[in-house]
Amino acid sequence: MSEVPSTLFSEAPHWRWLIVFYFFLGGIAGGAYFIAALIDLLGRPWDRPLARLGYLIAFPLTIVCGILLVVDLGRPLRFWHMLLESQTLQPMLKWWSPMSVGAWALLAFGFFAFLSFLAVLAESDRSRWRRLGALRPPGILGTVVAVIGGLIGFFIAGYTGVLLAVTNRPIWADTNLLGLLFLISSASTAAAALALLGRRRAGTTAEGLHALERFDSWMLIFEFFALVALVVSLGSLARLWLSSWGALLVLGVVVTGIVVPLVLYRAADRRARLGGLVGAAAAVLVLIGGFLLRVVIILSSESV
Amino acid sequence: MDPMGFFTDTTVCIGCKACEVACKEWNQLPAVNGGVNTLSGDSYDNTRRLDGLHWRHVKFVEQFTPDRSQGRWLLMSDVCKHCVQAGCLEVCPTGAIIRTEFDTVVIQSDVCNGCRDCIGACPFGVIDINPVSGTAQKCTLCYDRLQAGMEPACSKACPTDSIQFGTIADLRERAEARVRQLHGQGESRAHLYGADDRMLGGLNSFFLLVDRPEVYGLPPDPKMPSRNLAPSSWVSVLGGVLIGLAGLVSFRRRGSRP
Repeated sequence: MSEVPSTLFSEAPHWRWLIVFYFFLGGIAGGAYFIAALIDLLGRPWDRPLARLGYLIAFPLTIVCGILLVVDLGRPLRFWHMLLESQTLQPMLKWWSPMSVGAWALLAFGFFAFLSFLAVLAESDRSRWRRLGALRPPGILGTVVAVIGGLIGFFIAGYTGVLLAVTNRPIWADTNLLGLLFLISSASTAAAALALLGRRRAGTTAEGLHALERFDSWMLIFEFFALVALVVSLGSLARLWLSSWGALLVLGVVVTGIVVPLVLYRAADRRARLGGLVGAAAAVLVLIGGFLLRVVIILSSESV
Repeated sequence: MDPMGFFTDTTVCIGCKACEVACKEWNQLPAVNGGVNTLSGDSYDNTRRLDGLHWRHVKFVEQFTPDRSQGRWLLMSDVCKHCVQAGCLEVCPTGAIIRTEFDTVVIQSDVCNGCRDCIGACPFGVIDINPVSGTAQKCTLCYDRLQAGMEPACSKACPTDSIQFGTIADLRERAEARVRQLHGQGESRAHLYGADDRMLGGLNSFFLLVDRPEVYGLPPDPKMPSRNLAPSSWVSVLGGVLIGLAGLVSFRRRGSRP
């Protein structure tokens, strides 16, 4: 057995800022839809305005994600080769390739996010389009849409980590925890985004916002332990982070994105008078931390 | 059709780079930087690595004592390994990467859309984007020449037969005989890299080395990218269940309407 890890002999695929933004925004889209579906299906009726917000951001973000991915290709006009075999026009799907499954999942997620987006727009409409509101729970059709869309949203939030693991790159392929970490971080950043956007919206209740903040607090605690486990699982390769990347991980992700927001969420919970501003500050820091997490994970391996 | 491939005997490579030139010429791979000469500055090797414009690369490994009184050159013409279990082919989401009738691995440039998944999946760092086509490219083992019954350009040009082309069965026999010969001459470090099916099912382009693989920039234990698929997925699913439960607790079990 040799001491040199074999992943150090591969080449970087040049996945840079467009992919960092895709991972970040895709995570929020998938997470927001999942949280919205959860509130709609099992939550309290008075939290429905928060769920509405989740559907409202999920679809536009998915469109942005699609554009980012297409622009990132070496040959953008061939984006459809991910979905159809270009010679025969037969469906192109490899279940064992996360990128192949991810392309289909993004398409499917876009479809369900669009249905839910239509449903919440129709609710505020007085015309015959109002019927489209049936695409949102509690009706049977709406329930089916929310369940399937929520599950695919979950997939979108986490598959990106598995995609990185199914390579031969240092850090990415040296751990099996990236999918889990991105999933947790997506749930966290989505909750933060909803809490931030829902703050001044008509119809959202303080109770609903507190529920989001409590949920986010749990996610931050999970994320912290997942990060520690990740570093441990890297073994000797964790040394690659004894660099400015490690500093960014500790200061940007752990301190700014996890510890400080956790403290702020607690403070907001205790002092309701200050709650609004402090909670908003925490949510902004969570979003920054979630973004920096993807920056460190992707670009630190790219720079090896 | 018998599986075809390369046997590269690094002990007889003289670093002439005829293979690099023949490859670039036959495959019409343009010069970098419009032909402006860029020197690496620390080695006679100015190509540096395999990429989308260099499908053959002669590595210069310089092993000298600090006072340079003793030393040796290790020269190795590197190329795509045409793995029997190919990581690039496994992950390619467009189906652009195929296995040919010669058991070689070829990227169809008219199908590839430049997603670059194969670049990170290759354990050897062979593939990269060709800036001219915008697609991932690498050695095709001269698929066009093979189809016309011709030998690949690099092995045809090699003046010392360091690069040998033939059926895998034939090449393995020749390679083992060469190792025995070198052992008999006292070069006990001589060994084959990727010649049997223990490494990724066998490398259809395998090498004779006289030092550890990592000295030549070769991974000691290359693996398939899919080894992480099942464990990563299951851990994520478990995490998903945990997140779902946390969501249930947060959004459901609360007091009456405020």
